[in-house]
Amino acid sequence: MKRFFTDFRNYFRYAMYSAKASLQAEVAGSYLNWLWWVFNPLCMMVIYSIIFGYIFNAKEPYFSIFIFIGLTLWDYFNRTITSSIKLVKSNKAIVTKVFLPKFILIVQKIIVNFVKMLFSIAIIIIMMIVYRVPITWNILWVFPLLAVYTVFIFAVSTIMLHYGVFIEDLNNIVRILLRFVYYLTGIFFSVEKRLPPSISYYVVRLNPLSYFITSARRVVIYQQSLYWKWLLAWLVASILLAMFGVYKIYKYENSYAKVI
Amino acid sequence: MKEIAISVENMVLRYRKIKKFSIKKQLLSRKKKKNPKDKYFEAIKGISFEVPKGEILGVIGKNGSGKSTLLRALAGIFSPDEGSIDMHGHSISLLSIGVGFQKEMSGRKNIYLSGLLLGFSEEQIKAKEQEIIDFSELGDFIDQPVETYSSGMYSKLAFAITAILETDIILVDEVLSVGDERFKKKSYKKMKELISDDDRTVVIVSHSLSSLLDLCTSVLWMHDGVIKKIGKPEEVIEEYREFMK
Repeated sequence: MKRFFTDFRNYFRYAMYSAKASLQAEVAGSYLNWLWWVFNPLCMMVIYSIIFGYIFNAKEPYFSIFIFIGLTLWDYFNRTITSSIKLVKSNKAIVTKVFLPKFILIVQKIIVNFVKMLFSIAIIIIMMIVYRVPITWNILWVFPLLAVYTVFIFAVSTIMLHYGVFIEDLNNIVRILLRFVYYLTGIFFSVEKRLPPSISYYVVRLNPLSYFITSARRVVIYQQSLYWKWLLAWLVASILLAMFGVYKIYKYENSYAKVI
Repeated sequence: MKEIAISVENMVLRYRKIKKFSIKKQLLSRKKKKNPKDKYFEAIKGISFEVPKGEILGVIGKNGSGKSTLLRALAGIFSPDEGSIDMHGHSISLLSIGVGFQKEMSGRKNIYLSGLLLGFSEEQIKAKEQEIIDFSELGDFIDQPVETYSSGMYSKLAFAITAILETDIILVDEVLSVGDERFKKKSYKKMKELISDDDRTVVIVSHSLSSLLDLCTSVLWMHDGVIKKIGKPEEVIEEYREFMK
């Protein structure tokens, strides 16, 4: 536990620098690259708005923002988790040449994806101004919400990173699971309205993605508060999960280089 | 009594021939090719030695005798399956062909990344940055992505980073023959310069017996994962030459 924090402190600068450098490299690769961080979710939003807004006749207020919040948070999760499975392998050049605590690779990814998410968040803010969404103090819940969400993503990533080294086809399994979670999360429909209340009660609270996304929508566009006891519960669960993941990584990380 | 920089005790290191891991039961049906039998290959079979501070230790042995594995274990990349390695708190770097670069980033960025990983602060690296670039002879290429480099440029940069950012212990894996003739001479000279520093401990793996004879203060001969002989360079290399005939 103590080792985690000393390692975190010692290598955080590396993670920061590396994240910054890889973002810059992505931008330098092509001039319009960073626009894709904005365009991609924006296009998705348009597609979903058309299909679900007109064809399936969804009646959520501020439907575009509703979808965009869902997509933004989902992308953050999805990108980090998916890349963490192959993270050790894709950093083979470094991992086999110098020692570094492997969870730092996740920290680096999280920083990168967090920055990309900021672009989407900027769009959300612009859309909220355009649509004149009323704002209340409840919106401040966004900060603790994003913090817990990040801890949660870190926790899941540590476990993916560890098992991803040893299980070659883990990404296939995870891709299927993620697809299932994606549809269960209600990115483009309201879980609370579309599912029977007996089920949706549990989906919204026990499916973490659904919980985080629904809560974000409640505080950002619907002027509601969130279920803060569940936020606390997810924080504790994420920390426990992260402790388990980091413990696993510490125990096995020196064998990673032998396996890849 | 000389200060000890590296002590290795009864170190055993195994490679798994087949990836061994108890896969969760629900995944078991998906894994067809996994063989539950765990076979492994012992690359290093229980060796012990000590390297005093300031010593230059050469490591020789035929291909596959465990030399590079030993270096990686010393660098902390592998953990020994049995026994222990104690670096007595010295900073350490592994210099080998194609050091860990992030290919899509520029050479300059990679200097910082490598430096940070070796435990230097950004200020320290900044102070040495120009020296590294000059030594590597890359010129304007330093701001190009590393993936565009030729293999010679790649190794030159790798050598420059490790040679200029001086760690207490340097592990060298077969890089005495990097780059063209001129760079070779230059790096050899730099190597000697580094080595002449009394505080620096160096472990060199090489097949170039003549340069080991020239550089080292002692030589370790690995054979099939065990130490065949350790001692004065002249004696060990003489015997090794006889053996390899």
